[in-house]
Amino acid sequence: MIEQAKMIEVRNVTKRYGSVKALDDVSFTADSGEVLGLLGPNGAGKSTTMNIMTGYLSAGEGTVLIEGVDILEHPREAKAKIGYLPEIPPLYPDMTVRKYLEFIFELKKVRLPKKEHIDEVMEVVKISDVESRVIRNLSKGYRQRVGLAAALLGNPPVLILDEPTVGLDPKQIIDIRKLIKSLGKKHTIIFSSHVLSEVSAVCDRIVMINNGKIVADAATDKLSEAISGDGMLALEVDGATNAVRDAIGSVEGVKRVTKGAGMSYTVEYESGTDVRRGIFNALAKANCPILMMRQGGLTLEESFLKLTEGGED
Amino acid sequence: MTAIMKRELGSYFNSAIGYIVLAVFYFFSGMFFYLYCLLSNTASMNYLFLSMLMIVMLIIPIITMRSFSEEKRQKTDQALLTAPVSLTEIVMGKFLGAFLLYCMCNAIYILYAIILSFYASPDWPVLMSTMLGMLLMGAALIAIDMFISALTESQIIAAVISIGVGLLIYMLDSISGVINVEWISDILHNISFDAHFTNFINGIINLTSVVFFLSVIAVFLFLCVRVFEKRRWS
Repeated sequence: MIEQAKMIEVRNVTKRYGSVKALDDVSFTADSGEVLGLLGPNGAGKSTTMNIMTGYLSAGEGTVLIEGVDILEHPREAKAKIGYLPEIPPLYPDMTVRKYLEFIFELKKVRLPKKEHIDEVMEVVKISDVESRVIRNLSKGYRQRVGLAAALLGNPPVLILDEPTVGLDPKQIIDIRKLIKSLGKKHTIIFSSHVLSEVSAVCDRIVMINNGKIVADAATDKLSEAISGDGMLALEVDGATNAVRDAIGSVEGVKRVTKGAGMSYTVEYESGTDVRRGIFNALAKANCPILMMRQGGLTLEESFLKLTEGGED
Repeated sequence: MTAIMKRELGSYFNSAIGYIVLAVFYFFSGMFFYLYCLLSNTASMNYLFLSMLMIVMLIIPIITMRSFSEEKRQKTDQALLTAPVSLTEIVMGKFLGAFLLYCMCNAIYILYAIILSFYASPDWPVLMSTMLGMLLMGAALIAIDMFISALTESQIIAAVISIGVGLLIYMLDSISGVINVEWISDILHNISFDAHFTNFINGIINLTSVVFFLSVIAVFLFLCVRVFEKRRWS
């Protein structure tokens, strides 16, 4: 009866705050076991998207399905499948770590052996050493991990993490990233950040969001190509500018050659073709040695900026 | 629901609030008990209960002021609202937590009655009906003040408004007495907590009064749920 549903499906979600559209027709999906990065500058709508996905806010239009279950129509069932770490971990400062986790355990109505499960989760996020400390006295890094532990309780198939590395020191950031990567083996993770390098280091796929709209949705290594549409090559060639231009231009499939600073050139070519051998031969014939050749002209950073700035014009 | 109730009750005693509320309640009830019962040689606890009304009006806002406002300020409501529990369960859990603390306050009356029983025989049925009245009235006030707490992010604002509303309710019967327009005065008299409480203190468990307090509880808990519902859609 039930078709094999995607793990997470966000369909045409629109959210208005008064007359301002915070989210405009946002759709994306995540497969089981995928680590999906939600990337965008501050205020782009990442947290709003996550709050809607977890049922904290209601979408004006559109639906969110978790394993095929609608979060608005069957909130209990859908929420039980999600572990959510909001931007500010929802911790009660006057409780100890263990008391807090016990409360969340009971709140989520988890049916696993209580003590063992909490011990296990604390082990995973490495907070066993602070279990009897009052949350108020914990450092930011520990609080973040307590929040993550709370999200992990009950082993939900979906983890939604809203900027889990903000405000942490570099070592803690690396720890959390490693943790997320290892969790990605067992859970479907949606992870938001405004730091591109972080998302590209952790995620299999990136959904880029700006001003409430999705501007790109592609596998991490294909993102640059997905944005520009064409294939791009970055080159450094030694030789007279005109000779280099002519030589590269003569290769079949090349659409445009632009000269950058110094000896660098950017070549746009029709996607689907591979012009690298042709360019090598042409330049060799023209006696212009190639010093460097790299696929993907725009770096991820550049494409990110290009997209997000483009949105604000 | 029980998880939320347990946490709520625990949070009163993690902070000083629970102890202060109990101390203040016990102090004043003890003082009134001494003045009106022991010192004046009466076995009737009526004056004690009537004097405590004022204290209850002042102390319940302190119990409820943080129930929702603090959750909102600390953003912990996100944990509750994204957990697989319904809004009704959340509100009921919070309500029961506050109500249990209020019950702990009221338990002291039993001790006073036992002390009295050494000197005279207290009128147990009247005492029981009065206790029931106290609990129902307190529960109604808790529901109202919790609703006020759900409207704001500030504990102070919640407490001040709740105390204001409590005093107004306390004075409602007197106000109704000075209003000449008959139907307005009737309405005020009928929604006055005081008037309904008088039934209980006279040993009458009047169904109207019981239903009145239960309806107040239901209406304001329902409004509480609506506040949360509305926030999700805004």
